[in-house]
Amino acid sequence: MSEKVILNVLDHPNPGTLANYEQVGGYQALKKILAEKIQAETIIAEVKASGLRGRGGAGFPTGLKWSFIPRHFEGTKYVVCNTDEGEPGTFKDRDIIRYNPHSVIEGMLICGYTLGAKVGYNYIHGEIWAEYEMFERALEEARAAGLLGKNILGSGFDFELHAHHGFGAYICGEETALLESIEGKKGQPRFKPPFPASFGLYGRPTVINNTETFANIPYIIRNGGQKFLELGKPNNGGTKIFSVSGQVNKPGNYEVPLGLPFRDLLAMAGGMREGRTLKACIPGGSSVPVLPADVMMDVTMDYDALAKAGSMLGAGSVILIDDRICMVRALERLSYFYFEESCGQCTPCREGTGWLYRIVHRIVQGNGKLEDLDLLMDVSTNIGGRTICALGDAAATPVQSFIKHFRSEFEHFIEHKRSLDGCH
Amino acid sequence: MGVISMLNIEIDGQQIEVAEGSTVIDAADALGIYIPRFCYHRKLSVAANCRMCLVDIEKAPKPLPACATPVTDGMKVATKSEKAIRAQQGVMEFLLINHPLDCPICDQGGECQLQDLAVGYGGSSSRYTEEKRVVINKNLGSLIATDMTRCIHCTRCVRFGQEIGGLMELGQAARGEHSEIMPFISQTVDSELSGNMIDLCPVGALTSKPFRYTARSWELVRRPSISPHDGLGANLSAHLVKERVMRVLPRDNDALNECWLADRDRFSYEALNSDQRLTMPMIKQDGQWRETDWQTALEYVVHGLKDIKADYGADAIGALATPHSTLEELYLLQKLMRAHGCNNVDHRLRQSDFSADAAQAGTPWLGQTVEQLAQSDAVLVVGSTLRKDHPLMAHRLRQAVKKGMKLNLINAVDDDLLCRVANKAIVAPSAIVNALAQVVKAAAQLKQVTLSEAFASITPDANAQAIANSLVAGKQVSVLLGNTAQHHPQAANLHSLALELVRIIGGNVGFLGEAANSVGAYIAGAWPQGAGMNAMQMLASPRQAYFLLNVEADLDSYDAQQALSAMMQAKMVVALSAFKHHAQDYADVMLPIAPFTETSGTFINTEGRVQSFNAVSKPRGETRPAWKVLRVLGNLLNLPGFDYNSTEQVRAELLPSGETTGKLDNALKQLNLGDLSVKANGIERIGEVPIYQADALVRRAPSLQKTRDAQAPQAWINGALLQQLGLNVGDAVQLKQGTGQAQLAVARDDRLPNNCVRVAGAHPTTMHLGGLFGAIVVERA
Amino acid sequence: MSLSAASLAKIDREVSKYPTEQKQSAVMSALRIAQQELGWLSNETIQFVADYLEMPRIAAYEVATFYNMYRMHPVGKHCLTVCTNLPCRLTWENDAGAYLKQKLGIGFGETTSDGKYTLLEGECMGVCGDAPVLLVNNHKMCSFMTPEKIDQMLADLDKP
Ligand SMILES: Cc1cc2nc3c(=O)[nH]c(=O)nc-3n(C[C@H](O)[C@H](O)[C@H](O)COP(=O)(O)O)c2cc1C
Ligand code: SF4
Ligand code: FES
Repeated sequence: MSEKVILNVLDHPNPGTLANYEQVGGYQALKKILAEKIQAETIIAEVKASGLRGRGGAGFPTGLKWSFIPRHFEGTKYVVCNTDEGEPGTFKDRDIIRYNPHSVIEGMLICGYTLGAKVGYNYIHGEIWAEYEMFERALEEARAAGLLGKNILGSGFDFELHAHHGFGAYICGEETALLESIEGKKGQPRFKPPFPASFGLYGRPTVINNTETFANIPYIIRNGGQKFLELGKPNNGGTKIFSVSGQVNKPGNYEVPLGLPFRDLLAMAGGMREGRTLKACIPGGSSVPVLPADVMMDVTMDYDALAKAGSMLGAGSVILIDDRICMVRALERLSYFYFEESCGQCTPCREGTGWLYRIVHRIVQGNGKLEDLDLLMDVSTNIGGRTICALGDAAATPVQSFIKHFRSEFEHFIEHKRSLDGCH
Repeated sequence: MGVISMLNIEIDGQQIEVAEGSTVIDAADALGIYIPRFCYHRKLSVAANCRMCLVDIEKAPKPLPACATPVTDGMKVATKSEKAIRAQQGVMEFLLINHPLDCPICDQGGECQLQDLAVGYGGSSSRYTEEKRVVINKNLGSLIATDMTRCIHCTRCVRFGQEIGGLMELGQAARGEHSEIMPFISQTVDSELSGNMIDLCPVGALTSKPFRYTARSWELVRRPSISPHDGLGANLSAHLVKERVMRVLPRDNDALNECWLADRDRFSYEALNSDQRLTMPMIKQDGQWRETDWQTALEYVVHGLKDIKADYGADAIGALATPHSTLEELYLLQKLMRAHGCNNVDHRLRQSDFSADAAQAGTPWLGQTVEQLAQSDAVLVVGSTLRKDHPLMAHRLRQAVKKGMKLNLINAVDDDLLCRVANKAIVAPSAIVNALAQVVKAAAQLKQVTLSEAFASITPDANAQAIANSLVAGKQVSVLLGNTAQHHPQAANLHSLALELVRIIGGNVGFLGEAANSVGAYIAGAWPQGAGMNAMQMLASPRQAYFLLNVEADLDSYDAQQALSAMMQAKMVVALSAFKHHAQDYADVMLPIAPFTETSGTFINTEGRVQSFNAVSKPRGETRPAWKVLRVLGNLLNLPGFDYNSTEQVRAELLPSGETTGKLDNALKQLNLGDLSVKANGIERIGEVPIYQADALVRRAPSLQKTRDAQAPQAWINGALLQQLGLNVGDAVQLKQGTGQAQLAVARDDRLPNNCVRVAGAHPTTMHLGGLFGAIVVERA
Repeated sequence: MSLSAASLAKIDREVSKYPTEQKQSAVMSALRIAQQELGWLSNETIQFVADYLEMPRIAAYEVATFYNMYRMHPVGKHCLTVCTNLPCRLTWENDAGAYLKQKLGIGFGETTSDGKYTLLEGECMGVCGDAPVLLVNNHKMCSFMTPEKIDQMLADLDKP
C-alpha cells in the first residue's frame, strides 16, 4: 500500500488525539522550525518544491500563495483555514477534522510562523457540529500542551487559533465570502482584486487554505518538499484524499497518490453497486464538468489529466452515477442547488440560476421544448465568467456538460415527457 | 508622501493618463466614454454586483467590470467590442426577466437608468417565460415610497446607509433570488439624510413619497437655488410644474453638499404649497383680521412707524429678523431702521449672551472652508446637536473620522454621532464653560504655556486631559462652536476659551453657522454694532413697536415666554412673513413676503461663500419679495437711498467686490474669561431646537412633520434624577420656568448629565417656557 | 427579553475569539446559541443579539436570513433536515426524505400536528459518503439512514 500523509493516523490507536498524532511524527515539524529558527524563505521554498496545490478546488500552488503575503508588513495578519466543505460530493475535510485535527493545527501554526501571523481561524461547515466540537477539543489539547498561545514551546512565537462555526451556506466555502462570514456578515464574496493576501480578514493580509492543504504542510517540512512531490507526479505533488460517493459498494475517503488510474480508485471503492454499469462520473465535486464513463475509465486522478479530459480535479470529490440514473433529474437537482445557494449579489447568478433551474424543472414536469436546450446553453454562457465569484461558473458548468454529453437523454425526456426507461 | 505614478490606458482607441489606483470606469468617464452601470456610484464603495459595466480588456479571458478593475499601465479596453456588448446585453436580459415592464405607470418613468439602458441593450422580446418575482413593499416612513418588485439589488441604498448616512437602516435580507432590500422588521428609515437613497436608486424601487405620482419627469422645469436652512448653503435644484415647486433635488457641489441633500433641504418645499401661506396683506381692525391691498397696508405701517417715533422716539422700535432671510433683505431692514433713527436691529434671536459684541473683530464664521475643515486631523466640537443642526456637516466630519480625524466633544447631550468619538465630556450646560476651561488648562500644561489668573482654580479631569492630548497631537486642529455654544448663557466665555485654546495649540476656531445666512446677517449689518439694543435687550425691556422679518417670536427666540409677552404688550407689531402664524395674536399688520423660492437674493454660507440665486417661481398671490417691500417703505418714509431696481443693486452697494474677504474674523479684541467655575443651581434645562422646528419652512412641511425626528418634545431625564424625583418613564410632568409652564411626558436617557432635563424649544408644546438653558422646575403633573 | 445566563456565557466565550472591536464576528454563534435556547429566532431575539453585540439590527437580520440553519419561524420539538442533494439522491432506493414524509404524514417545511417534528429539505452536508444522511436539530448527524435506522431514530427521539 502506498504511503499516506494524512490518514496514516488511522493505523494507530485513538485517531484525533494528540498522542495519536505524535505517533506519526506530529508537531516535529513545528518543533524543528522553532528550535532551528528556520527562515520563512526556506519554508516557502520547501512548500513550493513540494508541488502542493490547493486542495479546496482551484488547485492554486500553495507556496506561491504564501509568497504573496507582504512579509515585512508590520501589522496584524491572519491565517484562515477553509473547512466549509459544502460542495456536493465532498466530505474529506470532515474526516481530517475527525481523525487528524492536529495536522491542520500544526499546518496553520507553521503558516502563521512563516507569515508573521499570530491569529488563525478555522471556519467549519455548519452541518458538522460534532466535528466542530472535536476541533475545539483538539485546540484545547494543543493549548494545554503549550502548542498554542503565548511563547509556544518557549520559542517566543505566539499563535492563537479559534474555530468559527458556519451555519448553512455553501457560498461561504468561497474564500472571500468565508472572510465576510467570520466578520459576522452575510457570506457574500468580495470582488478581487484586492486579494486576501493584501486585503483579507478585517482588511488585513490573510492566507486562506483548505483543510487538506494545511494538513499536508507538516509532512512537507518533516520530510522535505521533494519527498512529498515524489509521492505524486510532477506538477501534481503528494497524495490526495478522494471522496468517493454515489453508487459504489464502499463509498468513503481514499488517500492515494495523485496520478492513480481512476479504475484503481473505483476498485478500491468496491466497484459499482450491484454490479451495475458506470454511466457518468463527476470527478471533482458538483461544480466540475461531468464525464461519461468511457472517458472516465481512461483517466488518471490528477489535476493535469482531468483537465485534459475536459473536467477538473476540483476538491477530489468523485460522484459515481450508474445507468439507472436519469441525467435530466440529476441536473434538475444540481441546478436547484446553485439556485438555492446563490448569494444574490451579482445579477447573472441571482437571476440566471433561477432561470436555469426553472427551465430544467419545467422539462422534468413534462413541459419542455427542444429549444430549451439551446436556451439553457445560452443562459448558462451568460452567467459563466461574468460574476464576482466562481459560483456563477459552477452553476453553468453542470448545465453545459450534462447537455453536452447527454443531449439525447434530454431530448428523449422532452419528447416523451419522462426519463429513459428504467431510470430514476 | 509617495509620488503618485501615472498610468497610460487606451479605451476604444483613445489614450488617457490616469493616476495609479484609478479604475477603468474612472478613466472612461474622464474620456467621456459612457459605460453603462447601476451599482457603481462615485461616492460609494465599489460593489461590482450589477455587472452592467462589463468591458473587454485585452489579455483578460473574461469580460471584467469597469467599475472595479484597476487600471494597469498600457491596458487596452474595448467597451463596444462584440464581447463587451454581448456581456452587457446578457446582464440586461437578466435584469429585466424579473423586472416589471410597465414603465408608463412607474413613478421613475422617464428618469430610470434601467429604462434608458434597456432601450440600448435589451432584446426586443423576452425569452423568459417563467413566472416573474413579486416583492412585498415596505413602509419606510413618510419620505420614501417603495415599489420593491422593481428593485435590481444594486445595494446603493444599503451602502448609502452604511457609508454616508452612518446608520445601517436598510439591508439585503435572505439570499439569492429571494433577497430583498428591507429595514429591520417594520422600522422606518429615520436618518436625517434618508432622501438621498431616492436619488441613488437607479430604478423606481425607492421614490419620493411626497412627490410620487404628482408629475412626470419630462413635465418638470428645473431651476437652481440654494438651501435656506443651515449654514452649509447646500446647492439645490427646484423642479416645478406651472410655478409650483413639485420637488427639490441636489445640485452637485463638491465643496459643499457634494451630491447630497439633508432631508430638510429636500422636503421643506412642501411648505411653499402649504395652506398656511399668507397671500394677502392683512390688517387687524377692532380685533378682526381683514385682507387689504398693499398700498393700505404699507401706509398703515409707515404711519405707525412715524407715530411711534414721534410719541416715544425711534428707540422704542425693535427690528428682529431671522438669519434665514436673504442678505439683501437684512441689509435693507437695517438700513431702513437706521435711517428711521432706530439702531435696534438684530438677527440673533436664539442667542442669550451678547457680552462679546463690542470685542468682535469681524463676522463670526467657520474660520475656514468646509473642505479645509474636513482636512483637520483633530477637532473639538463644543455644544452642538451636530447631526440634527448640521446634517451634512456631520456627514463631512464622519467621513473625516473614517480617514483618521480625531473627533472630540464637549456637550450637554450624548447623541450618537454615528462615528467614533475619540474623547468626550458630557456635562450639564452650566458646566460646559468649566469643561472647556479644563481642556485649555490641560493643553497649556502640555505646551508649557502660562495662563491668566482666571484659570488658577481649574483642575483638568481625565476627559479634559484626554481631549487636550488628542488636540495637541493634531497637526491641523479645529475648535468648533455649535448652536448650543452660541445660544449658551455664557457664549462669550466659550468663544474666549476657544480662542485661548487655539492660541496655545494652534489651529482654527470656527462657528457652525446655525442658519443659511448667519454670516450674511452680520455682514448686512443686521446687528446693533454697539449703537443699539440686541435681540435680548429688545425683548427684555419691551419696545412700543416691533418690526419682524420672517420671525415667529414664540418659536425663533431664546426665551419664548419673554418674546411672547413683549409682543403682546407692544403698541404695534408689523410681521413680514410668508406664512400665517402666531403673530395673528399679537401683530397689527401682516405682510406676505416671498419665501426663498419666490425672490432673488443671496445667502452667505458659514465659510463666507456668497451664493446668489434667482426666484424659481412667481410669488404666490399678493406676495412680494421682502426687499421690494422694504424699498417701498423707505420711499414712503421719504428716506434717501432706496432706489434699487434689483437685488444685484442692493448687493453691489453692500458688497462691491462680491466677496467677504476681510470681513470674516472670529477673533475678540478682548477675551471674556470671567468666572470659569460651575454655577449650577438645581435642575437645569437643556433646550435644543429640533431639526424640523428650526425655521418657518420645515415647521410646515407635512412629510417632515411625520418623521421620527419631528415627534413632540418629551422631558428627557437620566435614571438617577428620575429616581430622585420619584418619576417613571411615561409619567406626565409639569415643567416651570418663570411664570411659564408646559406639561410633557417623561422619557429616560441615561447618557444625559445629572440634574438636567432635556426639553426641546421652538415647539408649540414648550413655547410657554423660558430660556433654552437655565433653571427649570420639574413636578409631577 | 434576554437569554439565560448560560447562553450569555457561551456568547461571551465566542466574542472572546475575535478582536475587541469585532464583536459582530460572534453574531453567527450568538444566533445559534439563542436558537438553541429558544427553538427559533423571533424578531425580538435577533434584536437582542444585535444590541448585545452592538451591531445594526438589520445586519443581524441579514445574517439570520442568509444562513439556512437559522429558523425564522417556530418549529417542532425536533427538526429533521434531510439532504436531498445529488449524492444522497443517488441512494434513491433508500429515499430517506420520502420515507419520513410518509411516516410522519407531512411534507418538507411542515410540522406534525403534535408539534413534535418539523421536516426540512437540506443541501449538501459534506457527508456524502454516508448517504443518505439527515441532521437532527442542527447538531446530530445521522448516517446511512435506511428505513430501519429512521424508525430507530424516531423511537429514540420519542423517549422522554
Ligand atoms: C462557490 C465556491 C465554493 C467553494 N467551496 C470551498 C470549500 O468548501 N472548501 C474549500 O477549501 N474551498 C472552497 N472553494 C475554494 C476557495 O475559494 C479557495 O480557493 C480555497 O479555499 C483556497 O484554498 P486552497 O488553495 O488550499 O485550495 C470554493 C470556491 C467557490 C467559488
Ligand atoms: S456569483 Fe453568485 S454566489 Fe458568487 S458573488 Fe455572484 S451572486 Fe454571489
Ligand atoms: S457598475 Fe460595475 S458592476 Fe455595477
